Amino acid sequence: MDIVIPSISFSAIMPELVLLAVGILILLLDVFSEKHSGKLAYIAVGGVATALFFAMTPITDPSTTFAGLYSADRFTQFFKVIFLIGTGLTLLISEKYAKENNINHGEYYSLILFATVGMMFMAGGADLITIFMGVELMSICLYILAGYTRARMASNEASMKYFLLGAFASGFLLYGMGLIYGITGQTKLVKIAGAISANSDNMMVLVIGAGLMIVGFAFKLAAVPFHQWTPDVYQGAPIPVTAFMSSGPKAAALAAILRVLVEAMNFIQVDWIMWVSVLAIMTMTVGNIAALVQSDIKRMLAFSSISHAGYALVGVSAATSDGVSAVMFYMLVYTFMNIAAFGILALVAKANEQNTSIDAFKGLFRTNPVLAAVMTIMLFSLAGIPPMGGFMAKFYIFMSAVNAGHLGLVLVAVINSAIGAYYYIKVIVAIYFQENPEKPEPVKAGPSLVFALLVSVIAVFVLGLMPDCYLTIAGKALLPF
Amino acid sequence: MGDFLWVIVLLPLIGAIATGLFGQKMSKAGVNFWALGSTGLSFLLAVIAFIELVLRPASERVIVNTVYSWIAAGDLNVNAGFLLDPLSGIWLLIVTGVGFLIHIYSTGYMSHDHSYWRFFCYLNLFMFSMLMLVMGDNYLLMFIGWEGVGLCSYLLIGYDYHRDAAATAGKKAFVMNRIGDFGFMLGMFLIFVTFGTLDYQTVFNNAHDKLAVGGAVATAITLLLFVGAVGKSAQIPLYTWLPDAMEGPTPVSALIHAATMVTAGVYMVCRSSVLFDMAPTSMAVVAVIGAATAIFAATIGLFQKDIKKVLAYSTVSQLGYMFMACGVGAYVAAAFHVMTHAFFKACLFLGSGSVIHAMSGEQNMEKMGGLKKHMPKTYWTFLISTLAIAGIFPFAGFFSKDEILYKTYASGNIVLWGIGAVAAGITAFYMFRAVFMTFHGTSRVEPEAMKHLHESPNVMTTPLIILAGLAAVGGFLGVPIIEGWNILHNFLGPVFEHGGTAHGPAEHGEHHLTTELMLMGVSIGIAVVGIAKAYIAYIKHPEITEKLYKMFKPIHTVIYNKYYVDELYDILIVKPTVATSRWVLHKLVDEIIIDGIVNGVGDFFVTLSSMVKKFQSGLLRDYALTMMLGALLFVSFYLWGGK
Amino acid sequence: MAELTLNHYLILSGVLFSIGVIGVLTRRNVIVVYMCIELMFNAANLMIIAFSNSLGDMTGHVFVFMVMAVAAAEAAVGLAIIIALYRNKKTVDVDEVNLLKG
Repeated sequence: MDIVIPSISFSAIMPELVLLAVGILILLLDVFSEKHSGKLAYIAVGGVATALFFAMTPITDPSTTFAGLYSADRFTQFFKVIFLIGTGLTLLISEKYAKENNINHGEYYSLILFATVGMMFMAGGADLITIFMGVELMSICLYILAGYTRARMASNEASMKYFLLGAFASGFLLYGMGLIYGITGQTKLVKIAGAISANSDNMMVLVIGAGLMIVGFAFKLAAVPFHQWTPDVYQGAPIPVTAFMSSGPKAAALAAILRVLVEAMNFIQVDWIMWVSVLAIMTMTVGNIAALVQSDIKRMLAFSSISHAGYALVGVSAATSDGVSAVMFYMLVYTFMNIAAFGILALVAKANEQNTSIDAFKGLFRTNPVLAAVMTIMLFSLAGIPPMGGFMAKFYIFMSAVNAGHLGLVLVAVINSAIGAYYYIKVIVAIYFQENPEKPEPVKAGPSLVFALLVSVIAVFVLGLMPDCYLTIAGKALLPF
Repeated sequence: MGDFLWVIVLLPLIGAIATGLFGQKMSKAGVNFWALGSTGLSFLLAVIAFIELVLRPASERVIVNTVYSWIAAGDLNVNAGFLLDPLSGIWLLIVTGVGFLIHIYSTGYMSHDHSYWRFFCYLNLFMFSMLMLVMGDNYLLMFIGWEGVGLCSYLLIGYDYHRDAAATAGKKAFVMNRIGDFGFMLGMFLIFVTFGTLDYQTVFNNAHDKLAVGGAVATAITLLLFVGAVGKSAQIPLYTWLPDAMEGPTPVSALIHAATMVTAGVYMVCRSSVLFDMAPTSMAVVAVIGAATAIFAATIGLFQKDIKKVLAYSTVSQLGYMFMACGVGAYVAAAFHVMTHAFFKACLFLGSGSVIHAMSGEQNMEKMGGLKKHMPKTYWTFLISTLAIAGIFPFAGFFSKDEILYKTYASGNIVLWGIGAVAAGITAFYMFRAVFMTFHGTSRVEPEAMKHLHESPNVMTTPLIILAGLAAVGGFLGVPIIEGWNILHNFLGPVFEHGGTAHGPAEHGEHHLTTELMLMGVSIGIAVVGIAKAYIAYIKHPEITEKLYKMFKPIHTVIYNKYYVDELYDILIVKPTVATSRWVLHKLVDEIIIDGIVNGVGDFFVTLSSMVKKFQSGLLRDYALTMMLGALLFVSFYLWGGK
Repeated sequence: MAELTLNHYLILSGVLFSIGVIGVLTRRNVIVVYMCIELMFNAANLMIIAFSNSLGDMTGHVFVFMVMAVAAAEAAVGLAIIIALYRNKKTVDVDEVNLLKG
């Protein structure tokens, strides 16, 4: 019997390897060398930077490696860059928070890094098994992270809800994958598509399988009606973890949805476009409307993140290469603006998250004008007001949907972005137009947070004013349609 | 040439950044240096660019300055580029010129303010956005400026955030503008779908190939764009934010809510004239909404007590005129009126600011009176501008208003003309009422305020004088009657001449000298009647009637009869109008219906939101149930939909 | 006696999955809820292995081993989370855990 050794390209998974190595190193350092505990965050950031370097080395010939389990293409790379940026920013905003809240442990940083590896496998997976492993690796790390501030009841509750519902959703995901495997006899995405086009028996079971799989991903993406865990978990989890959860994993879920739908499910495009459109409409609308009356900023941003997932789904439903690149661009911009907003919240809420309600922002303009300006930029960007990146991202998504002929969908999306502006404005009103009766001292941002905010502000403006170069990269990172 | 257009736009931004970042640590002189220096330089460059434009032959008066390729991906190509043609040139001069004057004025007006730098930062940011709006060479840039000015207006209305009303008004302005922006955005998407680009020149050049005259697409695009204009330019039904916006500092009212931002809607309609000309239905809508707003706002303005509210309603009403002009295809007249209006209305607002400044913040005209002798410069400039807005020859408002009325008449819309003429009379009445109540008669000033009563410093009166001068002579740019003398028409006309479809008869109609003269006579007559009425009602009537009655007892019946006529007039016309104005228009329409709808929409979503909130029970099993139902729905829907 | 065919396994798997889902929806004890989720996983495993056997394809076996490893890791984490919750709240009733809502 011949044993063929499959082609293995370590360079394709170099960022993952780096993150794993750094994650384990941090764990070891934490155990064996106490004097490094203050530097763990920076070591993790260094790891992310190294991984980012590898992730940005362009791939010239897209291919699959590890016996077809993993795609080394620009689509994967672009998403890796998004994840790494998200992780890097999260680590930077975590640094001060972790010390103030006594969670400055090696595990905290390692788990963040390991979760990132999981996301990368979701984006790069060319096989259902790889994608499933990626989902679970990411999720298990996040379950722990959500409950990381063990002493806080809310954090426990968030962790428990996230864990049970997440596992519940994984059950659907797995069952769907199983059905698809059973009908096609394949787990590799490309071969699934081939098997379906060759033999279209049992379409109904197949479509059910695909449906259950999308349920699993929609849960991770927090799309309505699989979204109800989101506000509770986001509110309960430590703020940096919330920032992390609301950017990277969402992007990863989108990457997995895109890859599965485009590479394996193109034959039932009519079906999934319709379903994704409905999902997008519900997600945008419920997210925006629910956010209107929230007075807790974390919860408000949680609903806002749901609505943003809805906008991204509008791009998915366009089912064109323009749509896909618009989604990728959207997630990039969203990562910056969202994490920066949470970073400021972490600072303003003070140690142990004393106050995460909108009142915490009252009169911020008087105490910290620069911080207030940065928050304003981020909120305007989230609301999609030009010339910030958030506007360009939305604009591009809407354009791609208009081009694909989904005028009704865009109409709903535009109405939603008009409603959405309102709750961001509420925060701005508090910042500029209201006085805080307690007359608080100015909050002081540490150097790492300042750096993270600076990077985000620059990115939000650059992406808004010169989006074309990034869009071109995203365009090249396309999946074959 | 024209490569420096981007500098004109960018300079105010530099000023805004400098004052915004370092203003707190700067002295006032430092803030002045950056804020005034940048806008002044911008104005200077604008004048140079404009001269360059004027010196060109009429057919080549388009300067495009492409800065860089902003978006170039997929089907969408948008340049960050600026366009100077006669139309944007006029607005460029208004924005930079009037803007600069108001900057100067503000250094005096805001001198006691505790965060002086913040005000100038916002003001410069506004100038930047407004220039972006006007100078951009495609709809996307216009939209960015459009959102930007809305944002700055919001920040400036809420500038005095200690006052709750200010913050609420700011929010209202923002929300109403968002409704308008929503229309603009949809219109923009539709333009993109139809033309595959957002660039003005490509869109307009291809309009006749891609759109059918009177077709559904053309109508939809223009109506959606007009929704944007309605929001931004405070037309029925989205006008109530503008009077509320008077909570902002007065220079802001002058710059944003009179001279520049609110005319953005007119600019957009003029800019898209090619498209509007292809959609007669939209044109009719524009004209009718314009005329309705003109008369409606004028009647509300009749009995306002707050001097700024009077001016605010008058602005809404004047904007109505401009849209009426656009609606009958008289774009030149609309642009002309924008220009003259910028002069006299800015002057009026700054004048009222001068009064308010002198009165230590008092805005109620019932507590003024007799200020003429205390503040002569303010009085005379205010009077000139009032004459201009009332449409008295030879002040600027006469020419522009007359041109609008004439073009409306010439286009065959006699009813609209009638409405416009009546509104002009009402305008003359309430504007002079404001003059008389503020500057004439006996002083009703509170003793405490009396002590501080003073003429404003030169830094405030100089802009007033300049603006009053412009309001006095600015009209001669558009001399009517004699063909060829109308400089503005010769200059702007070519912008609106395109392939000659369905162009309103107004631009090309025969010039009927006698009709025009007659109409002029009528409108001056109406204005004079309005002024006279105001005079009788607020100056002459109380004392003089009494004196005459005593002196000429034998003919007291005549006087009495006159008095009686006045009373009759009062009972039959004034009282009902006041009542209608106060109760029906202001209270019912303004506060109950329109605000009701706006608030109702808000309440609707809040209620919906509370319902969703209840649905979020916090119980894990409920969440799991929703997920399972979702999955079931998903799969079944999927099967029905697909098969 | 009839032979066990693929369909029998599939039906069993479907029944197990449904029992799992219904258990999650109805049971209040966190541990039991988690056991029901495990049941869903194992139903899927059963299905995959049945397919794998009938197709004569080894990929399914690999898949199931992977899933088992994942489920084990998830159990470890899950139980830890439940213990942390119990320490603070002194309850494992999911209906009593609703601090976060609205």
